[in-house]
Amino acid sequence: MTIVQFLIVGAALFSMGLYGVITRKNAVLLLASVELMLAGVNVNMVAFDVYLTDQLHSGQIFTLFIIAIAAAEVGIGIAIILMIFRNRQSADVDELNLMKG
Amino acid sequence: MYRLLTLASQVVLAAGEEGAAEGGHEAEGGHEAIVPGITDGPLVEWAWLIVVVPIIAVFIILFWGKKLPFKGWEVAEGALGFVALYGTVLMYFNATQGIVYEGAIEIARIGDYHLEWGWMVDGLSIMMYFLVGVVGLLVFTYAKGYMKGDVRFTWFFVSFSLFAGGMLVLVAAPNLIQLIVGWELVGVSSYLLIAHYWEDFANVDAGNKAFMVNKVADAGLFLGAIIMAVSVGSFNFADIIDVVVHGEEGMLSQYAFWTGLLIFIGAMGKSAQFPLHVWLPDAMAGPTPVSALMHAATMVTAGVYLLGRLFPFYIDEAGIFGGDVRDIIIVIGGLTLFLTGFIAIVQDDIKKVLAYSTVSQLGYMVAAMGAGAYTAGLFHLFTHAFFKALLFLAAGSVIHAVHSNNMSDMGGLRKKMPITFWTFIAGTLALIGIFPFAGFFSKDEILASMKYSGQHGQDVANFILILGIAGAFITAFYMTRAVALTFFGEYKGHATPHESPKMMAYPLIGLGFFAVTAGWINFPGVYTGFTTWLATRVPLTGMGDHHADGLDWALVLIVTPTVLAGVAIGWWLYGKDKATQAERDTFRIPVLWPLFENLYYIDDFYMNGIVRPTMGPIARIVLWWDMNVIDGIVNVVGAGSLGVAKVVRTVDSNVVDGLYNEIGAGVDGLGSSLRRSFTGRIQQYAAFSFIGVVVIAVLFIIL
Repeated sequence: MTIVQFLIVGAALFSMGLYGVITRKNAVLLLASVELMLAGVNVNMVAFDVYLTDQLHSGQIFTLFIIAIAAAEVGIGIAIILMIFRNRQSADVDELNLMKG
Repeated sequence: MYRLLTLASQVVLAAGEEGAAEGGHEAEGGHEAIVPGITDGPLVEWAWLIVVVPIIAVFIILFWGKKLPFKGWEVAEGALGFVALYGTVLMYFNATQGIVYEGAIEIARIGDYHLEWGWMVDGLSIMMYFLVGVVGLLVFTYAKGYMKGDVRFTWFFVSFSLFAGGMLVLVAAPNLIQLIVGWELVGVSSYLLIAHYWEDFANVDAGNKAFMVNKVADAGLFLGAIIMAVSVGSFNFADIIDVVVHGEEGMLSQYAFWTGLLIFIGAMGKSAQFPLHVWLPDAMAGPTPVSALMHAATMVTAGVYLLGRLFPFYIDEAGIFGGDVRDIIIVIGGLTLFLTGFIAIVQDDIKKVLAYSTVSQLGYMVAAMGAGAYTAGLFHLFTHAFFKALLFLAAGSVIHAVHSNNMSDMGGLRKKMPITFWTFIAGTLALIGIFPFAGFFSKDEILASMKYSGQHGQDVANFILILGIAGAFITAFYMTRAVALTFFGEYKGHATPHESPKMMAYPLIGLGFFAVTAGWINFPGVYTGFTTWLATRVPLTGMGDHHADGLDWALVLIVTPTVLAGVAIGWWLYGKDKATQAERDTFRIPVLWPLFENLYYIDDFYMNGIVRPTMGPIARIVLWWDMNVIDGIVNVVGAGSLGVAKVVRTVDSNVVDGLYNEIGAGVDGLGSSLRRSFTGRIQQYAAFSFIGVVVIAVLFIIL
């Protein structure tokens, strides 16, 4: 097992997430795609942590932080989307253009 | 902030001696050992009250005077009473223990110059506090009776208190700046007082004259003071005298002659020395109490006081300072005492007789200073203050009774006004110098010190001594004339004369007491306290005072018969009663008398030689210059400004305003175009951010 294999997996996860964020119209799927991107980053972190034999394992600890914060982010994100859906009967991000200049 | 220093210790250091201040006093005057707490305790530390109380009184009278039961008089009287009391206490302790103290508060700092408000408490200042207080108190008491019913009674006491207060500021001054402040306060209040009856234009003229003549002299004082302060680096008398006592060569010694002369010109103005004496007789236009105070304790004594304060500079023991100026001082003083005495002979106005007499006596004081006789000059100032105030108040009493200033309306008042008569006689005897009245001692001392200086290298003093003896004769002559014409013979006036009220009579008696006794404080061979009181000013170095130790019997044997001859000739010429006063007053010497009556044409010279040419052609030239050149320049400048303003307005409304409008519009357009990029589509934003990250990453890799 070389680091390249892990990096390929991480890059694939990140790219899939990015694709989802840009193309999906549903806000919930958008949020899921963001999670995918975070997962890709986490894989990279852990891989480099092992590769560099970090004594403090800061890569793994950081990953734990990211997972925790991502969970909180999803909680808030889902709540916001629920409120939007309740007001507008839709979660389509294309229709959420109130900030249009 | 609060700096206190005793001059004594400074001088001790200056003299480079080990002894303490007490030792100095003992060495100089045989004073008893200094009791702590008197000479440097609260008594002298609070002496600033002497200056402040009359000034506060001025404002109290000014704001609330009219509401008070005596219309402000009681405040003025109280303030002067305080000064008199404090002055007397200081005088007593100075006489018994010797006080040399200088207190000061710093009020500003300009570069290296410290401006201080201070109060000197030394022999010279204490004498002046005492004089101003005691004479002022008696004159203020008298003034209440004299000014009764005056329309500006309260205002009179405002100016009068300011007059006394200004003089106290002057004599308390430990530096030239405060001295000049007091100097000008005295000047401005004298102007107010001389022109007190301003309804009559002549009085306003007299006030203006006094003010302007004094200003001419003040220019000299200012220049002298500035040169002195700049060359020494300090305005303090202590520092100036320190330089002089050490005989330090430097800027001061370089310009010493001109500095001394300029300061003397200032003293000439205030002390009415020939040829700047012209304002003093005209100052008779003011109320009589003003004349009494002005001629006695305040104003005219300022010049002599200044010479006394800077005496070490003039006595010049190092030989590099103002020693040469003394020859000029003694000549000016001698000319003044001699020439103005003659004018007094031909005056009909009793106050003018006394006024010219004052000028003449001031000549004695200044001549004494010129002869290097510090004690003699100030002693005469001291005694003269009492008997001249007395003479003026007595003359005022007479004027009050007969409603005229002119002796041609008087005569025979001896019986009708006994108190006035006897006090006037006492003043006259003191003035002409009959033993044992005050003037005898002081005048004798002046003449003795002139003789001393004449024998010790100042040749001109011998000549002035002759003038001084002649002046004593003239004094006796004109005073006898005044007494004879006023009090003897039959009454020739129109009003009904009566003795003055008690309020006016008692001050006369009080001053009469001093006129008799003031000389005894320097009784040669018996008690010479006055000399040591004054000498405490510079205890260790001495004043270089040309001071005779005892009575000069040779001089007494010359002067007293001369004075008696003056009295006898005066009585022989004017004593007889005639049908009218004019017939009694007919003695004339051709050529001389018209010269005296026209005041040596000095006033005419000033008027025709200086004032009119200035007011006439020069004024016309100035007017032409003003109308054409200055106004032209002003008009051109005005028109130019208007043109410039128009151009500026065009530029402003078009270029500047346009520029700002353009910038505003540009920002507005930019905003409108940029807002299109804000689509509100978050996926677009996300894509753009990712592209941005990629670009940054690529740049990192490449670079």
